[in-house]
Amino acid sequence: MTQEIIINPVTRIEGHGKITIHLADDGSVADAKFHVTQLRGFEKFAEGRPFHEMPSLMARICGICPVSHLIASAKACDALLGVRIPPVAAALRRVMNLAQIAQSHALSFFYLSAPDLLLGMDSDPSQRNLFGVLAANPQLARDGVTLRQTGQQIIELLGGKRIHPGWLVPGGVSEPLSAEKRDKILAMLPNAIAITRRAIDWFKSILPRFSEEISAFANFPTLHMGMVDQHGNLETYDGYLRIVDADGNIVEDRMTPEDYLKLIAEAAEPHSFLKSPYYRPRGYVEGMLRVGPLPRLMVADRISTPLANAELQEFRQIPERQSSFYYHLARLIEILYAWEEIQRVLNTPDILSDHVRAYAEPNAFEGIGVSEAPRGTLMHHYKIDKNGLITYVNLIIATGHNNLAMNAGVKQVAQRFVHGARLSEGMLNRVEAVIRAFDPCLSCSTHAIGQMPLHIQLIAPNGEVLDEIAR
Amino acid sequence: MSRVVTLKINDQDVSGREDESILQVARENGIEIPTLCYVEGLSAVGACRLCLVEVVGVARLLPACATRVSEGMEVNTESERLQRYRRMIVELLFSEGNHICSVCVSNGHCELQDMAVKLRLDHIGMPYRFPVRHVDASHPRFGFDPNRCILCTRCVRVCDEIEGAHTWDVMGRGIASQLITDMHTPWGESETCTSCGKCVQICPTGALFVKGKSVAEMTKRPEFLPYLTMMRNRKSMS
Repeated sequence: MTQEIIINPVTRIEGHGKITIHLADDGSVADAKFHVTQLRGFEKFAEGRPFHEMPSLMARICGICPVSHLIASAKACDALLGVRIPPVAAALRRVMNLAQIAQSHALSFFYLSAPDLLLGMDSDPSQRNLFGVLAANPQLARDGVTLRQTGQQIIELLGGKRIHPGWLVPGGVSEPLSAEKRDKILAMLPNAIAITRRAIDWFKSILPRFSEEISAFANFPTLHMGMVDQHGNLETYDGYLRIVDADGNIVEDRMTPEDYLKLIAEAAEPHSFLKSPYYRPRGYVEGMLRVGPLPRLMVADRISTPLANAELQEFRQIPERQSSFYYHLARLIEILYAWEEIQRVLNTPDILSDHVRAYAEPNAFEGIGVSEAPRGTLMHHYKIDKNGLITYVNLIIATGHNNLAMNAGVKQVAQRFVHGARLSEGMLNRVEAVIRAFDPCLSCSTHAIGQMPLHIQLIAPNGEVLDEIAR
Repeated sequence: MSRVVTLKINDQDVSGREDESILQVARENGIEIPTLCYVEGLSAVGACRLCLVEVVGVARLLPACATRVSEGMEVNTESERLQRYRRMIVELLFSEGNHICSVCVSNGHCELQDMAVKLRLDHIGMPYRFPVRHVDASHPRFGFDPNRCILCTRCVRVCDEIEGAHTWDVMGRGIASQLITDMHTPWGESETCTSCGKCVQICPTGALFVKGKSVAEMTKRPEFLPYLTMMRNRKSMS
């Protein structure tokens, strides 16, 4: 007799998803799947629109990381224009992308995952939320708010508003940076760096408590993909794609955005609206990739900023670093890198230049933009007709790259922690927590903090409800 | 010389020339009546119906832009009924087309958007029609997005009356009405269009735009029209 456990909705992630766990006759976990239950349709309804609208249209994909879509979209539009944008425009875009990565990582770590990390996977679910964190460790909660605020304020100072700024345009950015705004941003950074270092120390101190989770949270060999610069340093705005295998051997290197079709193929699975991209040369499932903060640290030789690089070199000594549980640590290291790199870029002498936009008519019928979003490699691919109207859009969203690994991770955690016909809340929370480690962004909205209507049923084939937990 | 007449607007005694419209006399006296299709310097067509007013002794509502003042007339522009109708008209405009302000080139510089704010229209109660309409981007410099068109016909009139090209016109009837260039050929293939851009600058929404503009970057410059009108009047007087 097989049974099915459904976790719906999965909480403390961005968007709507559910998990099903299939039990075998003996009560052990036979299979588990992560389903994305929403369809957005952006690739279709953008057809027929003037391509200059694409950045702002695509930004609407997400309210958490609109900047990531703005960046990838603006880069694809640069390619349509066939221009090389002014270097200062590229530098300013880089700053905004880093601020985006930092604020999104802070949201994931402090708001969504800290409840599990601080209070424990088996703690009282009514307390296991941001308010519980606030009660148990007010400093940690405040730090998270401050880091997110810092990232958001940098975005607002640059782009005029925090969410969906219209500042990133095909050809560059619409406004240069003023000295006053630069100084405001620079003044925020020392405190942000201090907070981030404190968070890294805290997280390292609690790691021993999670040895079981580390060993089972999507802890298996996969390929890792991320962007590096020409020297092999961690890169998020513009660089080359690199893929390494589980042992760190380079599988692909110095790949440009135009090469993405050679690298990546997409599979559709009947159980989910989320496509499952994979590394094309190895085929479906064997080409399972991971992207995001952990893989970026896996592919990079070093980080160009000193504090983050020291953390990276320490991270490389961790034997089980392929466990997706270490996404959390990688996220914190990347926040540190973001602040340091923003500091460096804003201190370059010509950053206030008013030459920040290139103008051109469309010069190419096809454009591809690739950047690193908080959750990993983001690809926008557009085609236009001779009048500049969009005829084709293909988006490969970072979360998609992780889909196969997330599914395998859910199964690994379920097999380790879920047993038999009696359910405990803590075992199912771990199944959700592995998804949270990837920080998938399933759409544009975060779930409300606090009580979520999580409903899990254990159902026999004849429809009989064997066990039930409602939050 | 035309005669001067006296009348009441909202119980206020005002006077105007008998060849003036209620709208003109109201505005000369600081009384605001909302409009979308009316532009000083172009003929009045009463297309948008936002300037409908009540006139004592007349059973139906009259468009202030296209109704002349007369002696002893009593006009009411601010009744509860008129305000309700104005909101409804703008609501119908929003539900009839595909007006997505957040990603529109004219966001923040749009007369339709401003009108909705002014009339305190905070939501659309009617179901959206979501019509399928295709952008005409065939012109090298300008684009036409019928999704954002409210059929005010300002472009038609400025092209005909000021530029003298009559490239734009309206095709079809009722809900199927649509703007066309020439005999419904792509704008870029138009033989009459002089590419002067007056239609773009006079358009109240993002329906007509300069190519290459991103969201919220399309600011219109309709100031050319009063200037042109003034210069023509000066020429005809000399």
